[in-house]
Amino acid sequence: MIRFESVSKTYPRSKRPALRSVNLDVERGEFVFLVGASGSGKSTLLRLVLREDVATRGSVHVAGRDVARLSSWKVPHLRRQMGVVFQDFRLLPGKNVFDNVAFALQVIGKSRHHIAQVVPETLELVGLAGKERRLPHELSGGEQQRVAIARAFVNRPAILLADEPTGNLDPETSAGIMRLLERINRTSTTILMATHDTGTVDALRKRVVQLESGVVVRDEAAGGYSTGALRAVDEADRSPADPGWAPARPSTAEVWR
Amino acid sequence: MRVRFLASEILSGLRRNTAMTVSVVLVTFVSLVFVGAGALLQLQVDQMKDYWYDRVQVSVFLCTADSEAPTCTSGEVTPSQRDAVLAELESPTLAPYVESVQFESKADAYARFQEQFAGSAIAESATEDQLNESFRVKLTDPTKYDVVTQFFAGTPGVEQVQDQRRVLDPFFTVLNVATAVAGGFALVMIVAAALLIATTIRLSAFSRRRETGIMRLVGASKLLIQLPFLLEGVLAAVVGAALAVGALYAAVRFGVQGWLVEALPLFGYVGTHQVWLVAPVLVAVAVLLAGTASVTTLSRYLRV
Repeated sequence: MIRFESVSKTYPRSKRPALRSVNLDVERGEFVFLVGASGSGKSTLLRLVLREDVATRGSVHVAGRDVARLSSWKVPHLRRQMGVVFQDFRLLPGKNVFDNVAFALQVIGKSRHHIAQVVPETLELVGLAGKERRLPHELSGGEQQRVAIARAFVNRPAILLADEPTGNLDPETSAGIMRLLERINRTSTTILMATHDTGTVDALRKRVVQLESGVVVRDEAAGGYSTGALRAVDEADRSPADPGWAPARPSTAEVWR
Repeated sequence: MRVRFLASEILSGLRRNTAMTVSVVLVTFVSLVFVGAGALLQLQVDQMKDYWYDRVQVSVFLCTADSEAPTCTSGEVTPSQRDAVLAELESPTLAPYVESVQFESKADAYARFQEQFAGSAIAESATEDQLNESFRVKLTDPTKYDVVTQFFAGTPGVEQVQDQRRVLDPFFTVLNVATAVAGGFALVMIVAAALLIATTIRLSAFSRRRETGIMRLVGASKLLIQLPFLLEGVLAAVVGAALAVGALYAAVRFGVQGWLVEALPLFGYVGTHQVWLVAPVLVAVAVLLAGTASVTTLSRYLRV
């Protein structure tokens, strides 16, 4: 689904590359955590998948296509196969929940009939049924993030990118968001999530890709946030049928309190 | 759906910075009034040329009893002198330049004078005897009037040879200078309008960067993201153009046709139909101006 072949990225006006010959292969339906310190290149990697930027060297393939070779007018079509969620939700403050989600479909020209059908379904999926008319500021952080996820998922993308989606949320709310993402993942949606949230990564035991100064230093099938936290895990433990998730240990945020 | 979406985006954009929109409308309005005024002045010049160059003639004025020119020392022109002048005009030397010759008697001159200055004091005090007899010579090529002028210089009985183009030239000069001045103002105002439109679009793009960012991420086409901004600028400029057309129409309808035609009835003036001729040009200039300013600004300040 996503393939990086010795990808390097150096931003203009910067000597140090943000990514250095990164090789990465993400299959359809995988759930991948992208971990690493700030500035390690996680966001750059996500930007390359989105084709917000183009790799300096190497090639990035998304859904079977070399994104660097896409003409600029085809890039929107590539992005319609992806959903993106951010730490700061990025909702439109003047639009209610329904309209925020519908916006994503309106601007790619979906019919009103289609919107009227799909948006309530998606709101139901993310657990916001009955809150369609609320404005973003009337919602809690977790609810706002659910709206953002609904907006990212409403067009049923093959890939969901998440840049620290739990970064602004308390551990309990984060757990709820992660359950939602796992549910979306079970619809064979590929999820690539950049995060600092130790607890979440350790608890879910998904594939972990760790970046350090733009280099992939670890790519572990059922890893924890850091190598130190790594426990011996049986293959069986990370079967997709793994039932609901519960925090195995307090997250950093909790420790700080 | 998308048409509705575009319309609501444009309206909300225009509402969001009303002051800027109004200033864009006003600046375009003023700049296009100058453009339109320049165009109308040139149409006036063309119209006068068409009108006059058809009628332009060289007048060979013959001496009256009061003439003081050196060629008139013998007093009023004698019939033989008059016949000699006519013979010269019809001679093989001048014939190629002359299309037709018409004799204007004192009575004709008086009638024309009365008509031209009807109602003024000078018409009442003039007498037939003060006016010259003349040959009105129409030339095959109006620019060759020098030939006739030089030919009759010093001929006894001829007081003066006058080319009417000489009389008209100052008018044309005035109108051409006015056109140049209007054009200069138009140019400065158009630069101001372009910069103002660019700034407005830039502000608008900035205040809506959240929406456009989301549109980009969910895969809205480049065109759909940029179009509301582009149309916003174009719409404001077209409103300015419409105001300019309205102002020019009012000026021609009430200023020229309603007043100047009677106050200074020397020649035909531009009419309202010429305003309609200029109107599409003004709208085109507005669209082009706003379009160019928007596109250059968007390519710099709006990521798609």
